[in-house]
Amino acid sequence: MWKYEKKLQYPVNIKTPNPKYAQIIITQYGGPDGEASAALRYLTQRYGQPYDEVKAILTDIGTEELAHMEMICAMVHQLTRKLTPEEINASGFAPYFVDHTNAVYQIAASGAPWTATYYQSKGDVITDLHENLAAEQKARTTYDNLLRLIDDPDITEPLKFLREREIVHYQRFGEALRLSTDRLDCKNFYAFNPGFDK
Amino acid sequence: MNEKAMLRRKIFEADFVLYELALFLDTHPDSKKAMELMCEYRKMRSELIKEYESRFGNYIETLSDVPESDRWKWIDGPWPWDNNFMEG
Repeated sequence: MWKYEKKLQYPVNIKTPNPKYAQIIITQYGGPDGEASAALRYLTQRYGQPYDEVKAILTDIGTEELAHMEMICAMVHQLTRKLTPEEINASGFAPYFVDHTNAVYQIAASGAPWTATYYQSKGDVITDLHENLAAEQKARTTYDNLLRLIDDPDITEPLKFLREREIVHYQRFGEALRLSTDRLDCKNFYAFNPGFDK
Repeated sequence: MNEKAMLRRKIFEADFVLYELALFLDTHPDSKKAMELMCEYRKMRSELIKEYESRFGNYIETLSDVPESDRWKWIDGPWPWDNNFMEG
């Protein structure tokens, strides 16, 4: 069950629309290392987990990722307001525009639509947590790349907030991994899968 | 930023701290220090909401905050993705 909180986790108020930036930021909604991939990865992995701390952290980080998804969508929405046909043609936004007008649609910066093949849910706590540690770093690199290309502070401030969250989540997943391996055979972590073997 | 917007921002900041503490507690469930901070920020948040409601009317963040009145105020904008949301 979820309850909607009518607010963004960090405010987004972009005064100057910019469809060029919208086309790259959208990758954090519909791309391989984006917030939707993150939310679904963690919320889906929960069911295979043996330990309460891991169930809790996947639930709460997965939920926060839904809030990040909403921030990214708000950014794309605000960047594509009030565009003229001339601006659309000049910015390379025309292919997106003909398919979606200025609605938000879930695609990567390359234009590829979102797919569940972007994440794994493996039913092995060590494997899943390593997937998640990698996912947080991939998202952090994506934010670093966006920050290399964008200079409007209305856009970079929320992007910096999101980048920082990837680092905090990486830390929490690292702790979850340590809590998990502490309960396994220290001579061979892989001797037994606590989510399957009895 | 007007006073109403500043107060809302403070509530959102307290919400952020509470969420960050929740993540920390998920992997440190016996941390007394984090639990103390959780109590402190919960109290701060409810005081901020009390102040907001005494000056500016209902504070509506979730469905259960909507007051029993003749109008379902949930629908009233601005919505979070609108440009003027923080001023609303």
